[in-house]
Amino acid sequence: MSATNLHLFVLVVPLLSAFAVNLLGRSSKQWIAPLVLGSLAFSVIGSLVTLARVVEHGTLRYTVGNWQPPFGIELVVDPLSALMMVLISVVAFLASFSSLKSVEQELPGREPFFFTLYLILIAGLFGLVLTGDAFNLYVLLEITSITTYGLIAMGRGRAALSSFNYIIMGSIGACFYLLGIGYIYILTGTLNMADIARILPTLNAPVATATAIAFVLVGLWIKMAFFPLHSWLPNAYSQAPTGAGTMVAPLMTKVTVYLMVRVILTMYTPALVFTHEWITNGAVWAAALAIVCGSVLALGQKDLRRMLTYIIIAEVGYMVGGIFLANANGLTGSILHIVNDALMTLCLFLVVAAIIYRQGTVSLVSLQGIFHRMPFTMAAFTLGAFAMIGVPPTCGFFSKWYLILGGIDGGHWEFVIALVFSSLVNAVLFFRVIELAFFGSLADGQHHEHTPSERHEAPWWMLKPLVLTAALLIVIGLSTGPLVNNVIRLMIPIGF
Amino acid sequence: MTPIVSIWPLAAILVSLLGALPIILSDRQPNLRESWTILIALAKLAIVAALLPGVLHGGSYVFTIAEVLPGVPIELRVDALGIIFALVASCLWLFTSIYSIGYMRSLDEHAQTRYFASFAVAISATIGVAFAGNLLTMYLFYEVLSLSTYPLVTHEQNAEARASGRKYLTYILGTSIGLALPAMLMTYAAAGTLDFTVGGILAGKASPELLALLLVLFLFGFAKAGLMPFHGWLPAAMVAPTPVSSFLHGVAVVKAGVFAIFRIIFHILGPETLQAANLGVVITTIASVTLLTASLVALTQDSMKRRLAYSTIGQLSYMVLGAGMLSATGMLGGVLHLAMHAFGKITLFFCAGAIYVASKKKYISQMDGLGRRMPITYFAFLLGSLSIIGMPPLGGFISKWNLLVGAIEGDQRLLIVVLLTSSLLNAAYFLPVVYRGFFAATTEGGEDGFKEAPLLCVVPLSLTALASLTMFFYPDMFIKLIRLALGAG
Repeated sequence: MSATNLHLFVLVVPLLSAFAVNLLGRSSKQWIAPLVLGSLAFSVIGSLVTLARVVEHGTLRYTVGNWQPPFGIELVVDPLSALMMVLISVVAFLASFSSLKSVEQELPGREPFFFTLYLILIAGLFGLVLTGDAFNLYVLLEITSITTYGLIAMGRGRAALSSFNYIIMGSIGACFYLLGIGYIYILTGTLNMADIARILPTLNAPVATATAIAFVLVGLWIKMAFFPLHSWLPNAYSQAPTGAGTMVAPLMTKVTVYLMVRVILTMYTPALVFTHEWITNGAVWAAALAIVCGSVLALGQKDLRRMLTYIIIAEVGYMVGGIFLANANGLTGSILHIVNDALMTLCLFLVVAAIIYRQGTVSLVSLQGIFHRMPFTMAAFTLGAFAMIGVPPTCGFFSKWYLILGGIDGGHWEFVIALVFSSLVNAVLFFRVIELAFFGSLADGQHHEHTPSERHEAPWWMLKPLVLTAALLIVIGLSTGPLVNNVIRLMIPIGF
Repeated sequence: MTPIVSIWPLAAILVSLLGALPIILSDRQPNLRESWTILIALAKLAIVAALLPGVLHGGSYVFTIAEVLPGVPIELRVDALGIIFALVASCLWLFTSIYSIGYMRSLDEHAQTRYFASFAVAISATIGVAFAGNLLTMYLFYEVLSLSTYPLVTHEQNAEARASGRKYLTYILGTSIGLALPAMLMTYAAAGTLDFTVGGILAGKASPELLALLLVLFLFGFAKAGLMPFHGWLPAAMVAPTPVSSFLHGVAVVKAGVFAIFRIIFHILGPETLQAANLGVVITTIASVTLLTASLVALTQDSMKRRLAYSTIGQLSYMVLGAGMLSATGMLGGVLHLAMHAFGKITLFFCAGAIYVASKKKYISQMDGLGRRMPITYFAFLLGSLSIIGMPPLGGFISKWNLLVGAIEGDQRLLIVVLLTSSLLNAAYFLPVVYRGFFAATTEGGEDGFKEAPLLCVVPLSLTALASLTMFFYPDMFIKLIRLALGAG
């Protein structure tokens, strides 16, 4: 392998090990963990190297099979996609430790199938952030969606039904996207994003261009569960096998938001998307509504995992709103929040996985006094909660800072108020859990501590990645400055 | 004078933050654990004291932790205003640590390791608030302080503690996220910086309407200062063990709130800018209303700690009132009262705790004749209350005198009336406690004879009482620091 196309191998290695897991894993389970962890560790290193190279040398382009664009397939690694590669590989790597453990418990005997889908999904996600071709993007979006349907359907109870709902909604979303791309192809005669960006502004077809982008955006909004197109997400994510949730919940919606950024910045230029004020204003209002409704719906949940799924919906509102503020601070905030929210969600879902591994449920009632049983897990939970609330110096604070600043810059006070409101609701949501976990049941005695229930911490295999993730929340928070200056700022279009 | 880059401000914060680790690790050996606490307290005081001479000579120390946002790093800067608060807090933390050991052991409290560890984090955050170089850094430590005190407030882990903890967080986090955070962002959007600068950063950059909005958001956003109507958390927080109430809700937490408001008035909005927009009256009105109402409510409280809590709310407003006068003397009095009240109020809380340890009594009506059994404690209580009332020869006199002079100079007659009335009310709710303690007939039990709290409780409270006395005679250092902080050399 030459160093020039290292980024391709970041994608290929998990894909190949998916097949290896399927073949070798059937004969002996011992193969699975080394293959999964080994390939993902390779991806982590490979994507870090790629990011360093992209930051230093600028965008990398690779044409698969040496067919030149616009006819061949082009992989493009710019700072944003390199950042996403690092994010995907790190999150997937950290999540896979926990997934290995919980799949072993929840789906005994089905590990090879699970991890085959798991690795294909990760490879698909890498593909999504690498591709420079609008149609490939559709194919890869379907690959990731179909593997996700499969993973979710492996869950217990009504998981199959939830997965079916997700399939219906996901397919509608995919149709919208494909229709939009169809329009664009008819208009421009190309599917290469850079080509489209070059040709579109020269056409004088405002209605057709607007229709195309509308189809594309609605398709992506369904896939990312942007309120009010969110109804599939809570059931799908909360009934999925725990091992799937830890990886799917942090990554899927975030990568879809990335796709939206990519479509707006690279395929359509911002000038084409943000010219109509009623579109940007409408999207920001919808985002504000998503934030408020997601937060309020989260308040009504009696299960920690379901509560988190509604918070994801609110967080999608943060990111969509930030982009449609159409200013530098808002866009910076959105991109930063993709990274931060993925890590926060990972942290909280790892906690959920650890608790489920020990006690089988994360209903709020069952969390009483859990601080005593699982002190380290709950300490990590507390940190994740602070990040979600936006307490400095955790990373959640800094992306919220940019988003609110963007809202002030753009005069979108409804968005500012929605963000502050959601921070307050998050404080209520998480302190309700922390309070339950800290106090235990008051009915059975005044001082719970005098009769401590047995300490029963999660296995090291789950705990270490969790503690690392929690530490990352602070590390990333404190490195916001370099992250924005060296990576994200490169992506902000001139003139913003 | 150019600031000196120095690691010591960070060391002052980290010594207790990292100190929480050995405290947790020596969970099973209480003597070792408490040695750590005392050691850390001494180290912190030594570091802060070592920074003092440089600041007295007009210098300052800076340390940048991380460049996080354009123009707004997480940065520590030790200046005159910061070192006053840090000095008071680290000095009183040493006394509180000693007192805590006596108190917690006498009552055989549970979860002492968690208690001492949380305390160590809380004092770190307090010093962080004091040494913050810009508004973002201060906000960061302010939030850490709110969160680290939650396990202390809810220490008892019963239903009452849970309800109080809830109230505490709702008020403190609700206002800081809901009011102070947006105000901070609006300030940043208008000024492009958040550095604390003598004279403020908003001069000529904000309309009077925006200034008024920011002022109100900040005043109520830092609800730790207990301005009405966001004061309700303080009486509720009295459910915590007494050392927590005395240090955190007499000194560190509440004064972090007042300190934040000082920073806003002196170094963000700027006294001249506020004066030009005629906004001083907003501050003084809110403070006066709080002052009088809290003092009146304090009169009606029978629970000792609740009476002290309402007294604290009132006294905090004195400080805000002084800052709101926007005149040199008034602001001097306000800041000075931060130091004077700290020593006085912590003495009173220590006494309340000592009484509880020795006799398990929480209500003033049960304390008749108790002074004859606990003369040292009651004498200290007398000194503490005289200081807070503002009688010579105690520290509180100096600050209240300056406040009064400030009001006279500014020809604010209504404020003169408010200050004098309030001092009378202060006397009315404190002196009866002392009188009943020494002179009223013992009602129940009828026990006589000498029964003080353990030595580890009595010594710290005597020392803080004596410190109140000393500060009447030697207030010069604080006055010099305050003049430096206000940019008057």
